[in-house]
Amino acid sequence: MAYTFSFPEEVLEHVFSFIESEKDRSAISLVCKSWYEIERWCRRRVFVGNCYAVSPVMVIKRFPELRSIALKGKPHFADFNLVPEGWGGYVCPWIAAMACALPCLEEIRLKRMVITDESLELVAKSFKNFKVLVLTSCEGFTTDGLAAIAANCRNLKELDLQESEVEDLSGHWLSHFPDSYTSLVSLNISCLGNEVSLSALERLLGRCPNLQTLRLNRAVPLDRLPNLLSRCPQLVELGTGVYSTELRPEVFSNLEAAFSGCKQLKSLSGFWDVLPSYLPAVYPICSRLTSLNLSYATIQTYDLIKLISQCRNLLRLWVLDYIEDAGLYALAASCKDLRELRVFPSDPFGLDPNVALTEQGLVSVSEGCPKLQSVLYFCRQMSNAALYTIARNRPNLTRFRLCIIEPRTPDYITREPLDSGFGAIVEHCKDLQRLSLSGLLTDRVFEYIGTYGKKLEMLSVAFAGESDLGLHHVLSGCDNLRKLEIRDCPFGDKALLANAAKLETMRSLWMSSCSVSYGACKLLGQKMPRLNVEVIDERGPPDSRPISCPVEKLYIYRSIAGPRLDMPGFVWTMEDDSSLRLESSR
Amino acid sequence: MSPPVLSIGEEEGKSNVTLLVSSTTMESVCLKSIELKERNYMGLSDCSSVESSVPSFSEESKSNLNLKATELRLGLPGSQSPERVSDHCLRSSAQFDEKPLFPLRPLTDDHHSSAKTVVLGNKRGFSDAMNSFSEAKFQVNSEANPILSPRPASNLGLKPGSTPEKVGAQQTKMKEVTTNVGFDRPHAAHENRPNLDGSANNNSSAPATKAQVVGWPPIRSFRKNSLATNSKNTEEVDGKMGVGALFIKVSMDGAPYLRKVDLKNYSTYPELSSALEKMFSCFTISQCGSHGILGREMNETKLKDLIHGSEYVLTYEDKDGDWMLVGDVPWEMFIETCKRLRIMKSSDAIGLAPRAVEKSRSRN
Repeated sequence: MAYTFSFPEEVLEHVFSFIESEKDRSAISLVCKSWYEIERWCRRRVFVGNCYAVSPVMVIKRFPELRSIALKGKPHFADFNLVPEGWGGYVCPWIAAMACALPCLEEIRLKRMVITDESLELVAKSFKNFKVLVLTSCEGFTTDGLAAIAANCRNLKELDLQESEVEDLSGHWLSHFPDSYTSLVSLNISCLGNEVSLSALERLLGRCPNLQTLRLNRAVPLDRLPNLLSRCPQLVELGTGVYSTELRPEVFSNLEAAFSGCKQLKSLSGFWDVLPSYLPAVYPICSRLTSLNLSYATIQTYDLIKLISQCRNLLRLWVLDYIEDAGLYALAASCKDLRELRVFPSDPFGLDPNVALTEQGLVSVSEGCPKLQSVLYFCRQMSNAALYTIARNRPNLTRFRLCIIEPRTPDYITREPLDSGFGAIVEHCKDLQRLSLSGLLTDRVFEYIGTYGKKLEMLSVAFAGESDLGLHHVLSGCDNLRKLEIRDCPFGDKALLANAAKLETMRSLWMSSCSVSYGACKLLGQKMPRLNVEVIDERGPPDSRPISCPVEKLYIYRSIAGPRLDMPGFVWTMEDDSSLRLESSR
Repeated sequence: MSPPVLSIGEEEGKSNVTLLVSSTTMESVCLKSIELKERNYMGLSDCSSVESSVPSFSEESKSNLNLKATELRLGLPGSQSPERVSDHCLRSSAQFDEKPLFPLRPLTDDHHSSAKTVVLGNKRGFSDAMNSFSEAKFQVNSEANPILSPRPASNLGLKPGSTPEKVGAQQTKMKEVTTNVGFDRPHAAHENRPNLDGSANNNSSAPATKAQVVGWPPIRSFRKNSLATNSKNTEEVDGKMGVGALFIKVSMDGAPYLRKVDLKNYSTYPELSSALEKMFSCFTISQCGSHGILGREMNETKLKDLIHGSEYVLTYEDKDGDWMLVGDVPWEMFIETCKRLRIMKSSDAIGLAPRAVEKSRSRN
């Protein structure tokens, strides 16, 4: 006799509410029908990694009690201007659908999407308890849209415009926060061009006792910073505005006092146009800092070393390559807890190195920082030997993105490809989730990746490989691959078609300036109905060229929503068989 | 899901062999190719999509091209690396066939009506096209130009500082022409083959920046623009042009799409003008003196002539939010104050010109 235990739904719901991870929630919903039902009614948070993979209606229908939604739009390479303007990623249909059906929605997080002022106004008016708006690398809106949010969202906690392109019509939008509004916790306006109304900002800061994060924009003058900080001494994360002004002792001492007054301050960013003489104002709080973003600060090695060597508790550092090998050596000596390092190029388009930053800097950090997990490193030379060393030093790396500035640069010592160096990385770093390749690379590196990169989820490839075999290794070997983006590689039809089924297990594949023919795209589109195969080609309809002609760009993603309907004139979706049959039967 | 072993096997064999081939030769080839590839407009690797021949270009497309004969075209020939014969097809179009947004026929609002034959010029191609013309191996299809170009011949030909001819997609021969197509731009420094070591930069007195491949190095626009502003603020000792890029949006009246251009890629008005021309056909810009520094009187009259004579003018929004005619101020001042560009119908701009001139007059 079988005993079936079943808890009342309310109990199960309560249990499920402790489970927050998306993956776990998905797993729960697959157990049985009743669990699917219960789970969907109590799912509060959903993450849609590709806004075209599913339609708003489907999401809302399944999760009618959503409070929080995160959406990503354009492919990652849009960050580097590889996706033409107008490609898509419009959030409007989502907002429109949610405005009607999800009045209790509280959080919207968007990345690489296009949002208009009208949508922002709709958000402001439709969701009475709206709390969080995060727009990362978004575009399409102006400060008027922000004004609507400020004016209407009484419970707003977070407004984060990280690196979005906002048409800055005026700084007065900030004044639209009513005097009765006090719930701000996080404000990031670092991407705005114009000066916001500083007096309005001061008043706002003064009346929001829960404010923890404040990222100002460049236009905020340094001498106004102490005043602002005095209104919110409870701040945990601060992004300064421009970090220079006339050298005046009282400004300096005010600044120093203001920083010291913020006893919880752990994260600093901003630092545009740094005047080094003002840096010591930060020294008193360096030992508390866990996150430091100096990637806009054009300060030289010496000043960087002085600053960083006081930040013993640093977990994350973003910096320009002015830090040089010497600075990274000092970093390795001082910051033993470092988890993440990003070194950006100060002169990416110059031919000759302008700084003494080589692979040695990264090697030092890999030696000295045992907890280092995440690396983004721009440099001009690399060797297999250095990569071996890094790999053996730091098998705990989870993100490794190396950009050797000149495409196809070989090992500068041996002049060989960097296949084995990267091979060592994937072999030793068994938990590697994200990898970006650069330098001279043959198919061999992909063989290593396919063999060892079992946990790899995202791979970025540029100017690498020799044949379809390379792509085949990756598609057939990387079991956990979700996102693959490729540019300027000699990969063509064979590997793609041979691994067509793999594509359905991934979020997306981007290939530009490769050798995938239109014919292969058509075939893929026809045979794989759950894939959207989009050809992006600004030369005109692919039909006007021979079927064997390579397409300019290709974006393939799995979707249960069918082909999208908002494509611009330079994007074509490859129709699948069912729709073709329908058409021919008309 | 097992891949068809057979075909992959063949590949394998082939690539193994390739690998076995002396790695040194490969490197030396690659090394050479690095520079060569750099010049190749998008660093298109030789094995990827170099077109070996164009004959397969369909008749249809040829007639398409004829239809669009009045359109400005910019095609960039793939350069053919000698060591690899591509069995891939025609990438010719991959060359940068920069079709303009609009044919010279009257515009219709519904851009789809032309069955998608009107395409956006490639945004990325734009800076590439500009840069890659400094490459050695570019073909210039000069015969086609008179046919293709709707503009008076002044735009064709090897005007100093002008961008190179459009290379029509119907080029049938891959002649390698080492052409210095009138480069006095900084990038011109790289074009000659002997400059393989990258010491090429110093041909001209202009500062050395390398030919830019679109989207490489992979840095976000936000950061690039910040770098650009940084460099403007700090003193550049060696007279470098400055780092970073200055992406600004360009819109055209009636056009469905915006484009973005990097002002750092140009150093004179004619350069910008030709480049935009290729992106969007048929507009005009106030003609400037050859060095971009204008005599005011000359400017005024020419401005008026041009406005009356052509359909579009190029305007920009400056830091004050005013819309001005492009060409009034010295180039350096222009790139510092220009926030966005707009290709305006000249009828709309008529009111603009006098004001612009006035403003610059009152400024100076």
